[in-house]
This record gives sequence, C-alpha cells and structure tokens, in this order.
Amino acid sequence: MKTLLSNKQLDLTLHRLAHQLVENHINFKNTAVIGLQPRGIHLSGRIVQLLKKITGNKDIEYGKLDITFYRDDVHTSEIHVPSVTDIPFSIEGKKVVLIDDVLYTGRTIRSAMDALIDFGRPEKVELLVLIDRRFSRELPIHPDYTGYTVDTILTQKVIVYWEEKDGKDEVVLIDKV
Amino acid sequence: MLSVKHLLGIKELNTEDIGLIFKTADNFKQVLQRTIKKVPSLRDTTVANVFFENSTRTRLSFELAEKRLGADVVNFSASGSSVSKGETLIDTVKNILAMKVDMVVMRHAASGAPWFLANHINASIINAGDGTNEHPTQALLDAYSMREKVGDMKGKHITIIGDIMHSRVALSNIYCLNKLGAKVTVAGPPTLIPKHIESLGVRVEYNLKKALEWCDVANVLRIQLERQHKPLFSTLREYALYYGVNREMLDSLSKDIVIMHPGPINRGVEINSDVADSRQSIILDQVENGVAIRMAVIYLLSGKRESELAV
Repeated sequence: MKTLLSNKQLDLTLHRLAHQLVENHINFKNTAVIGLQPRGIHLSGRIVQLLKKITGNKDIEYGKLDITFYRDDVHTSEIHVPSVTDIPFSIEGKKVVLIDDVLYTGRTIRSAMDALIDFGRPEKVELLVLIDRRFSRELPIHPDYTGYTVDTILTQKVIVYWEEKDGKDEVVLIDKV
Repeated sequence: MLSVKHLLGIKELNTEDIGLIFKTADNFKQVLQRTIKKVPSLRDTTVANVFFENSTRTRLSFELAEKRLGADVVNFSASGSSVSKGETLIDTVKNILAMKVDMVVMRHAASGAPWFLANHINASIINAGDGTNEHPTQALLDAYSMREKVGDMKGKHITIIGDIMHSRVALSNIYCLNKLGAKVTVAGPPTLIPKHIESLGVRVEYNLKKALEWCDVANVLRIQLERQHKPLFSTLREYALYYGVNREMLDSLSKDIVIMHPGPINRGVEINSDVADSRQSIILDQVENGVAIRMAVIYLLSGKRESELAV
C-alpha cells in the first residue's frame, strides 16, 4: 500500500482545484456542479463548500447524478443497485462541471455524459477528477481539472477515503490480490 | 441482486428482494418524471410479451416499462395465432426464443404455466398473471402504492374485498403484504372466500362494514364473472348491496381509509363511482407506479445473461 495523498496534501489539492474552478467560472452564476454517485459526491460536496467560501455565492447550483441505468455493461457484470439522482435545476444552456473521484477507463464519464444530456443541453461540460489513472483509458476522455496524476497497472486499485464516510482523509494505492 | 432468476410468484421472493425492487422503482419513478422518460440500460435486450389471456393495463404497462428501459419489444397474443392451430405452449415460446428473445413476460389462463415454462426454457420469465394463482407485479405495485400513502407496511391493516376465490391479485397481495409485516383481512361473501384461507395467515370477515372499520387500506377486487362457472351469488345487484363499497359506507367509518382497485373496475358493482373517483382513491397512482415497478423488475432480472440460451 502506498499513500498518494495524505490528509494535508489532499486539503491543499482540494483548495487548488476549487481556485482553478473559480478562475474559469468566476462567480458560478451560469455554472452548475454535478457530482457522480456514489463515490464522487464526497469530493463534489467538499469542492462546493470551498467554492461557496471563495466566491461568496451561497446559491451555487449543485446536483448529484447516478449513472447506473446508463452503464454499458448491464449484461456482462453483476447488476448494480442505483443511488439517488438529484438535479433540482435546469442544466439547459448552463456550463456543467462533472466531478468524480477517480478517472480510470473513462466509461463512467461516458455514461455520465449520456445521462446528463437526458436532462437538457448544457452549453459546456467540464470534468474534474481527484485522481487521474493515466494510460488506462478505454475511451477518448480527458479531465479539465486534475488533483493528482498516477501511473498504475491493471492489478492496482486507488482508494479514496473521506472523513465523513471513512473517518479519515487519505488517498492510497493498493495491489489487488 | 435478486435471489431469483425469474419472477414467477411473490411466494418465492424474500423480504430483501421486495425491498430491492422498491428501491430500484423509486429511481425509475424519478426517471419517469423527467422530460426524457427513458434510460438505455436494456438497449441490447429483446423482450417478448406473450399474452394467452386478455389484458389492457398490464400489457401496456409492461410494454411501456420495456420501451422506457430501451429494450426492443415484440407482442404476442393468443387470439389469431398458431395456438388456435394446436401449437403447444413450449413450442410457441421456443419458437419466439429462437428469434433471439432474451426475456418473456407471460400471462396464461392455466395456474402454474410460468413455472412449467421455467423448467423448459432458459430465458428469464416474468409472470404477468397465471390463472387464479399469482400476479406478482400487481402485488408489488399495490404494496408500493400503499407504502407511498401510509408509510412502512409493518403492522398496517389491509383488507382485500371481493372475489378472493378467483383472484390471483388477492393471493399475490397476501404473500407480499405478509412478507412486509402487514396484517391482512379478506372480506366477501362466503361463497367467494376459499376454505382454509386462514392457513395463509389472514383473517376472514363476512361483514363489509366491520372489515372496512378495521383497516387502513382497502383493496377492492373485481368480480370475475368469466371465471365463475357456477353461480356463487344470486345477482350482481345483491352483491353490490352487501359488498359494494359506496360513499355512504366510507363516511360512516371513524377514519379515512385508502381505497385501491387493480382494475378493470365494474362501476356500481364492487365499487361506486363516488368512491373510485374520490380523493381517498389511489387507483390511478397504482397504474402510474405499475410502470416503475415493472421497470425495476425487468432491470433487476436482466443482469448477467446466460451465454447460451438453450432453445
């Protein structure tokens, strides 16, 4: 097991990501943030919290998207039980920042874009990820904001721990047995 | 994951299965409220709706559920088909499966037909009503609609009124509600209540007023004249007089109860219009929830597919 981001490093990275978002979206008047269920929402929750603090805009539109029904492997893997989708606003004509914790094959993001389009036509979609597992992509998908880039092999797994769920903030790389 | 490969009857499901179906249906219900009421989960699946018995609601509801999951759908009804030329059930279904169909939704007049079929073919089967035995998706959508209206089913009092003898809805409802911890009473004329039904863990009540006074939710069933081969009550008018649910009766109760009916309604027989169309009635919510429940069942059964369908 190797620690990729410690508690302190993770905190710095989150702040950097939030500031990068503010650079491009200023006050988030026409930008919505959408976290991907189930594991991206802890990250998106933290980012939105920081964005509110930095911009002073308390009404940043923030939703959660579940992509279970849009997966392309319904018949090849075990059936997945969906989490809640909660997008209480229109994304029509807005800029949308999709947020997930780990970018690996890119298939989740492919599904997420399909799912998102069913809610309307955003002006632009951007992708923010905490960990980018480089060179593992199966689709031409690239993040716009990256917390940490790591080169991994198939037998490795990245695990992101969150204080509110796991009792600690940490990102580790493990070897699957 | 469900504990079963087919949905043949509620009898074979466990409480976790029912919980999982409800949870998944919650998600689909939300999908159905969007502008684009469709997801692509089953875009590589073909479903055959095989109906050997008449149906409006159930067939439409299944077809909508399948289409909203992105599946391809073929419909078959026995009238006007080769069944009238003497083709057997297995042959009919095997021929349909030979056209690369992945899932079969079947309604049949013979109780047990879906179990028989499940023993002979490999595709997933969903029972859409078999004779006087079970109608599992109806029971699931009934319980789901009740839960939506009165909360957790544990300890709730449900009365099922009418033609219990010929009703697959009644039997599936009893299994389902028992598994969810509700208390069930069946009410109706003695000739329409099967002997020994108490062994399923239900109370029997012959007085409609008492049965309604006891319950939180009343599920009113249709009198199935087509299944009654000998007279079991004198006239429909007499039945309506003693067992028809009307406004006067509901107003005389000490509390407001929820009224359900699986359809099709015989207005003025088992239920009056001033009840069926009142604010206490959730008949149309049942229909709405039916699509979400069927989407959930089809989705959950569509997992890991057998690589080779034995045809």
